[in-house]
Amino acid sequence: MKYVDEFRQRDLALKLAEGIRTAAKPDRIYRLMEFCGGHTHAIFRYGVPDLMPDNVRFVHGPGCPVCVLPIGRIDMAVEIAQRHGAILCSYGDMMRVPGGNRISLQRARADGADIRMVHSTQEALKIAQENPTRDVVMFAIGFETTTPPTAVAIKQADAMGLKNFSAFCNHVLTPAAIQAILDAPDIEQDAVAIDGFLGPAHVSSVIGSQPYVALTEKYRRPVVIAGFEPLDVMQSALMLIEQLNAGRFTVENQYTRVVTPEGNRKAQALVAEVMEMRGEFEWRGLGVIPNSALKIRERYAAFDAERRFDLTPSTAQDIKGCACPEILRGRKRPTDCKLFGTVCTPENPMGSCMVSSEGACAAYWSYGRHRSGSSQTTQESAA
Amino acid sequence: MSHTLDIQNGVVEMSHGSGGRASHTLIRELFASHLDNPYLRQNNDNARFDAPPGSLVMSVDSHVVSPIFFPGGDLGALAVHGTLNDVAMSGAVPLHLTAGFILEEGYPLADLERIVMSMARAAKDAGVEIIAGDTKVVERGHGDGVFITTTGIGVIPPGSARISGDAAQPGDAILISGSMGDHGAAIMLARESMDFDHAIQSDSAALHDLIAHMLRIVPNIHCLRDPTRGGLATTLNELAEQSNVGMVIEESAIPIQPQVAAVCELLGLDPLTLANEGKLIAICPPDQAQTLLKAMRAHPLGENAAIIGEVTEADAGMVQLVTGFGGRRILDWLAGTPLPRIC
Repeated sequence: MKYVDEFRQRDLALKLAEGIRTAAKPDRIYRLMEFCGGHTHAIFRYGVPDLMPDNVRFVHGPGCPVCVLPIGRIDMAVEIAQRHGAILCSYGDMMRVPGGNRISLQRARADGADIRMVHSTQEALKIAQENPTRDVVMFAIGFETTTPPTAVAIKQADAMGLKNFSAFCNHVLTPAAIQAILDAPDIEQDAVAIDGFLGPAHVSSVIGSQPYVALTEKYRRPVVIAGFEPLDVMQSALMLIEQLNAGRFTVENQYTRVVTPEGNRKAQALVAEVMEMRGEFEWRGLGVIPNSALKIRERYAAFDAERRFDLTPSTAQDIKGCACPEILRGRKRPTDCKLFGTVCTPENPMGSCMVSSEGACAAYWSYGRHRSGSSQTTQESAA
Repeated sequence: MSHTLDIQNGVVEMSHGSGGRASHTLIRELFASHLDNPYLRQNNDNARFDAPPGSLVMSVDSHVVSPIFFPGGDLGALAVHGTLNDVAMSGAVPLHLTAGFILEEGYPLADLERIVMSMARAAKDAGVEIIAGDTKVVERGHGDGVFITTTGIGVIPPGSARISGDAAQPGDAILISGSMGDHGAAIMLARESMDFDHAIQSDSAALHDLIAHMLRIVPNIHCLRDPTRGGLATTLNELAEQSNVGMVIEESAIPIQPQVAAVCELLGLDPLTLANEGKLIAICPPDQAQTLLKAMRAHPLGENAAIIGEVTEADAGMVQLVTGFGGRRILDWLAGTPLPRIC
């Protein structure tokens, strides 16, 4: 497969691994947070940790859109379908995440709600056209990657004069999340808990690499925008190690085949036309973060499910004992959670990190539990 | 015989499941006319047949698929192949099938006829007959068009070696008969109406002839299993658990069609958890592996066969994958249903 196989070659991987072993100074630990679940998935799927020296460690971050959505928002989506009788359209991996009372979209569907899995906002629009007497709501979630398609759908619905289509907007912003992780008080007490970031790939294709510059300067942590193929991840790890060795803290772009400094201006303009900043938004694991999410502008209020329906704010809490919040911040490994592999498994997930295929717990369970006995915690201090 | 059933324009009605004259007409003019054989012609509520010497094997499988017609097959052929394969994985020669139909009120009779004709063709190609059947009709909205349950019966000739999921031994070689994930990818594309340049066909096929050929050349195969729902990953885990052994699989040795790999990349799915309907896993003593591989490749349904790994004593119940990178990871059971990722 062109543009894929080139980035999965064993010989190149072994050369990069050798480069990392040579570059990594034995007297220090390199803790590299991969922001995206896509990176976590690639790291485990290809067995990348086997090729790393012990002092180069990947710390799993919050970059899985399914994982960071608080369960209250899932409850609101269920309410749209159950109480208001709308057809709720959702992306696939959102379907199994349990909300309050462990009701997921899949479970609500089994109970009779009309919830449909779609691959794109265009499918949701089509369903709205085919069901003119029903309200059709797109459960719009995700980082900057999935935001432009939501904006396009709203503009199209407006142009078509569709009266029965709206979006339940839960789009969140990456730089705000990175800042929240670095601002967390416990990080300040242990300033070396994260040494650098593997920056998001798809997100950066939209927003570019520029938005991370201020973060690297303020927090003195390097960011390397990394593609999702295993060789991308390894090369990016090497670039981070070299920056750390040199005492540099800048944004570098490994994913130059897709990402530019300024990003996709057309997509950015489209989003800016349809959406604006929310004052604050709750993230699972990270709490309420100001200026970290988008809402639909007044001009397109007719397509905003939050205005169209009288939704009940949910106060549902995460399951007691679930360490998803700490795992999403890189403070704990999945194996540090007492629910991991006991009551919480992919068949019976308690938290979002286990339910999403890109969640850190699911990746650990599916690919890496044979090494769980030798896992290191992220709390170890630098030598 | 004058036809009273308007197959071209008619639909399934509740009366077709009543057991009365309408049911009789549907059975006679649609089912029996296509599936005709001496057993059905007896018009009894049972089929009597003589059992040949050996051990009898029986299996039942219910078939539901959406869409009912898909590239490379349809529900009718699938209902025949699926059950025949389950019987054949014991090394048995399939003898007969039965078929139970649950029809939804309003389903077009023309489409039902296509399904039944496809079943008849698949059974004929496989050399078996459908010797008994049943039809029920459920109200509109209470079904998904057509559901088919087939039961298969077969015979293991006297003196045959025992083939069973609990018979894998440490050191055994693990082989597969061809590319993985074709059926699952074809169904997914057909279901989601995605436009791809390269259409993917289901691999739906009856495997007993391939198995008979394999057993003629390597009679002491330890395990046979078709990796249907849950795909290769789940089926290997089943076998590892059943035999209480570990397995180590080489990712680079597993054949996957480029178009299937591309679809999986795009949707965030793993081809090793997608269903296959015309492929098998074989586990045999290591000194027989190359002979078995050659035998499989000599058969049209095994031309892309490959040795993909070996059975180990260590890590019992666990399947490990040596990645193309040389790293190791677990190849786990499919959890829930395969769901496409968001980004």
